[in-house]
Amino acid sequence: MRRHLPLLLAALLATLGAGTAGAARVELLNASYDPTREFYVEFNRAFAAHWKASTGDEVRVRQSHGGSGKQARSVIDGLPADVVTLALAYDVDALRRNGGLVPANWQSRLPDNSAPYTSTIVFLVRKGNPKNIRDWSDLVRPGVQVITPNPKTSGGARWNYLAAWAWAIRQPQATPASAEAYLRRLFANVPVLDSGARGASVTFVERGIGDVLLAWENEALLARSALGAGRFDIVMPSLSILAEPSVAVVDKVVDRKGTRRVAEAYLRFLYSKQGQELAAKHHFRVRDPQVAARSRAEHPEVAMVTIDQAFGGWDKANAAHFADGGSFDRIYRR
Amino acid sequence: MAGGSVIAEAEAQLRDGLESAAARVPGQLGRAGLVAVALGYVGAFLVLPLVVVFAMAFSQGLAAFLQAIQDPDAVAAIALTLTVAAIAVPLNLVFGVCAAWAITKYDFRGKGALITLIDLPFAVSPVISGLVFVLLFGANGWFGDWLAARDLKVVFAIPGILLATVFVTFPFVARELIPLMQAQGREAEETAISLGASGWQTFLYVTLPNVRLGLLYGVLLCNARAMGEFGAVSVVSGHIRGMTNTMPLHIEILYNEYDQVGAFATASLLALLALVTLVIKTMIERRDPAARAARRGAGH
Repeated sequence: MRRHLPLLLAALLATLGAGTAGAARVELLNASYDPTREFYVEFNRAFAAHWKASTGDEVRVRQSHGGSGKQARSVIDGLPADVVTLALAYDVDALRRNGGLVPANWQSRLPDNSAPYTSTIVFLVRKGNPKNIRDWSDLVRPGVQVITPNPKTSGGARWNYLAAWAWAIRQPQATPASAEAYLRRLFANVPVLDSGARGASVTFVERGIGDVLLAWENEALLARSALGAGRFDIVMPSLSILAEPSVAVVDKVVDRKGTRRVAEAYLRFLYSKQGQELAAKHHFRVRDPQVAARSRAEHPEVAMVTIDQAFGGWDKANAAHFADGGSFDRIYRR
Repeated sequence: MAGGSVIAEAEAQLRDGLESAAARVPGQLGRAGLVAVALGYVGAFLVLPLVVVFAMAFSQGLAAFLQAIQDPDAVAAIALTLTVAAIAVPLNLVFGVCAAWAITKYDFRGKGALITLIDLPFAVSPVISGLVFVLLFGANGWFGDWLAARDLKVVFAIPGILLATVFVTFPFVARELIPLMQAQGREAEETAISLGASGWQTFLYVTLPNVRLGLLYGVLLCNARAMGEFGAVSVVSGHIRGMTNTMPLHIEILYNEYDQVGAFATASLLALLALVTLVIKTMIERRDPAARAARRGAGH
């Protein structure tokens, strides 16, 4: 074995090297989270056309998807992603905390907190809403099964958790203890904890488990339109959270590969009219007011808290709820 | 993991046992009942799942199936899976034969340790098998800086997938050969050497014919696992579409994208590859009556 391996590796690397040297085009890798799969397939094509038209260069963007936290971990471990488009700022910030792959000011390098599209957390229920689920208070009724992924690994699950907390802490006479008690009851109704948002959707939609799925609004709209036509309803709770999926160029990777220019253009293209239109098409709430106006029917007004207002930012929210010994650990250790 | 001869022996004993048991059962009833149970069990646990895979793959017609397997990402996944198997299986074949030969034909210090170590990949969870390579070759791993300085990629690239696959399929050939070669002893080889045969000739004309079916089983099992491995490969893959997704990973992705036809079309191809290897095995056995007889007779 030992004798063969170096030889083999050398041969493989040589063939890979030859493959890329011959082609005159740029490749980017976008490490993203689960519910953006369909969006980026289309966006990458649009960007390649745009880049070709404006510079004459060919660009091919490859995709990798998974739970947001897991994807950040892979990039830290060496997945050569030129850009990350993750579910929440905290996961992008992990690239700064572990190895300084992005600088401290990464979030102010692009407009709108580096979140070109947003979403919120909604309830997806079975057609006709047989369990009559209207608001957060209904999720803790006995006999209601709630599907939500694991907040330790899933970005969407963290938004779900914080939205639930934000509602609970705003009830009359609420205290952190009463909010924690509410979440404890909520998670007592969760039969399975998937590792990512897409896994949870599949559990709810295809395996038919549970009465209500706590989901990204875009994921709920996709599930409703893609395969559940007439099988699901979306319920807007009285209060939700503004979910801002963050994007960033991974400085250490682009500087090594020499792809900074195209990587930055790729992310800026997300803010362009065309990029915003595609994001809207894939059910995100977009920043561009004109594009947003056109898809208003899909996105009803809902009262939303933001992570900064309600929780003092991700560092605090994470320490209080998701770090080892945080509120999630306390409630999930039954 | 038992050797082919051991399985054959167990089969023969079981057959003898069943025959004598059946003889005691009045009439044909007992026999028919047993056969029904066996067939029913095989039907429920082996045939039905296989049928479901193919039924789902063709649920929207042949055109949808063909389109699904011609998708560039699917083609890349198939090519990667075949490439990885084509490298990993011969590597472990060579190693397995060397190890089995060394262990059964020579005495040396650390033999027990070597036998135990060969079994390590069976004992370790595939997740750990993948993670060790991330810890060794990842950006923050032991060799991370060294590799980065030379712009070499191991994890989240094909070499990492290959390493993980070689690791998990490591024991198959050796484990299949060792009991077989132990049972056969060293006399034939010693005779050949004393008659003036070289080591290579001895291996080629004496040892190999005696173990060829065990070897075949080992290679088939090794190949099946190399193509089908999910856990370890998932950890080191990075899931880059069209580049580092093997067939099992691609199947999971398509399923999670609500693409049932695509997922099951790829799954049916993977199942088909497994069936092909079984057919090849059967054909070789048919063409090799002597070996078949030897295998049958091994238990008696």
